[in-house]
Amino acid sequence: MAIYSEDDFLMLSGIQHMAFCERQWALIHIEQVWSENVRTVEGKHLHERTDDPFEDESRKTLRVVRAMPLVSHTLGLRGIADVVEFYQSKEYEAGKVCRLEDRTGWWRPAPVEYKRGRPKRDDRDAVQLCAQAMALEEMMQVSVVSGFLFYGQTKHRESIAIDATLRQHTVALTQRMHQLFREGITPKAKKGKHCSQCSLVEQCQPYWMTQHRSVEAYLARMCCVEEEDR
Amino acid sequence: MRRLLNTLYVTMPDAYLACDGENVLIKAQDEIKFRIPVHNLEGIVCFGFAGASPKLMYLCCERGVALSFLTGYGKFMGRVTGNVSGNVLLRRTQYRWSDDNNTAVRLSRRFIAAKIMNSRAVLHRVLRDHPEAVDQDSLRRAIQLLAGMPKRLEQAKDGDAVRGIEGEAARLYFTHFNELLLSQKDDFQIADRNRRPPTDRMNALLSFLYTLLTHESVAALESVGLDPQVGFLHRDRPGRPSLALDIMEELRPHFADRLAVTLVNRNQISAKGFVIKENGTVLMDDDTRKAVLTAWQKRKQEEIVHPYLEIKIPLGLIPYVQAMLLARYMRGDLEDYPPFFWK
Ligand code: SF4
Repeated sequence: MAIYSEDDFLMLSGIQHMAFCERQWALIHIEQVWSENVRTVEGKHLHERTDDPFEDESRKTLRVVRAMPLVSHTLGLRGIADVVEFYQSKEYEAGKVCRLEDRTGWWRPAPVEYKRGRPKRDDRDAVQLCAQAMALEEMMQVSVVSGFLFYGQTKHRESIAIDATLRQHTVALTQRMHQLFREGITPKAKKGKHCSQCSLVEQCQPYWMTQHRSVEAYLARMCCVEEEDR
Repeated sequence: MRRLLNTLYVTMPDAYLACDGENVLIKAQDEIKFRIPVHNLEGIVCFGFAGASPKLMYLCCERGVALSFLTGYGKFMGRVTGNVSGNVLLRRTQYRWSDDNNTAVRLSRRFIAAKIMNSRAVLHRVLRDHPEAVDQDSLRRAIQLLAGMPKRLEQAKDGDAVRGIEGEAARLYFTHFNELLLSQKDDFQIADRNRRPPTDRMNALLSFLYTLLTHESVAALESVGLDPQVGFLHRDRPGRPSLALDIMEELRPHFADRLAVTLVNRNQISAKGFVIKENGTVLMDDDTRKAVLTAWQKRKQEEIVHPYLEIKIPLGLIPYVQAMLLARYMRGDLEDYPPFFWK
């Protein structure tokens, strides 16, 4: 697998856009199209943390780390995990646990990603979590077997297995992100159901380009003067 | 389609712009005169010496609100822009195309063909609606000559050739411009099109409307990630928004010229609202400027069917749509640029 240099790093959180729609990802990350909806997503998580009924930072066997910077050289991604939880392990398990700077014992990390809305039909939230897990693995030299998605709307916390299928999809999406970024390509709109829930539908205008009108015919029509005009 | 948001025009010379959270405030003598949430705004245009707090500028940059400063007479001085939109690859294409004669000429032809046809449509409209009030023969002849120009334009090999035809069309059009006036004919006669400084009322009015259109075109180009300073027909000159001037060519007749004529014909402005200086230059007074701004804002709300996209949109979005179509042509989504034709 390729090792990306820091210069080529892309935003980890972008993988959710990529999983949703390639064009949406390109509009945000290549075209840098501005959209309030997209920009404020990350900041808004913060307020919802307090709603999390599972949160318990006082436990001796749990360490909750917020806003943890993550990088992955193999995926070429950089980002920030909302929360990473470390569970104390009773015993050493090779490859599954790691040390923590300020604590004794062995710890098992699990990323937690907070989402404002509700669970999605597709796996865009899961791939983001998976990318975080893979970055954690790389940075802490430990394997991460699962993580959590917490949904603000349902106040529900879902355990997600970081399995081989999910990892493969995550890697494939990341590679496609790098390819598009390298080549500076914004894929054309593929009009679909997802467009109706897309925060960039105004900037994308998928309807304009899919029912393609010939510019040549338009120019000819507009420049030739009809008889009644004379 | 994107919503058409408001542009805030600040004409009080002692105004100070500030912000309070998500709100834009206009203060005068330390009192809050006006308050509007920033998400309702597309742009802010300050006339004269209005102050603005750095925090407000920050907010405008962050939210993609174009903040422009104009002199009290409407001359464009500058603007505050953020680093929010922009694809450097798209701009690179723009620069390459601008340097490439074939592409630059091809685009210039599109802008000017639309401008000529739109000027022609303006003349044609008065001939159709008020045949009794105009010199029909001369108008008909001008309309016919203008109609023949896009074909000649296709032969133009370089920018100078395009500019030559454009100049010819503009002379023809402005020679007949007075025919459009149905009232206050004497007071608003245009001698010829002159800009700096305007020496008759119509020129003062047109210059002012063109400035408003420039502000909107610049903002539209920036919002789609194009560089408003690098044009195809207009050459680079420091401080000149050449690309904005390019896409404005096709918009002027319908957006500015017709509005100017309407204001005069409906007596919404009068000769008394203009000050003629000792050296013959003409300036608008405050009330006239306000009347023009109000009419401009109203005009932007009017709906129109976009001739290429064939969808109904407010007129105020046309600069944005044209900027977007231009960007799509540069990105390869379209095989050519469809300029705006008004029929
Ligand atoms: S509008 Fe549709 S095609 Fe366009 S970015 Fe959004 S989801 Fe993708």
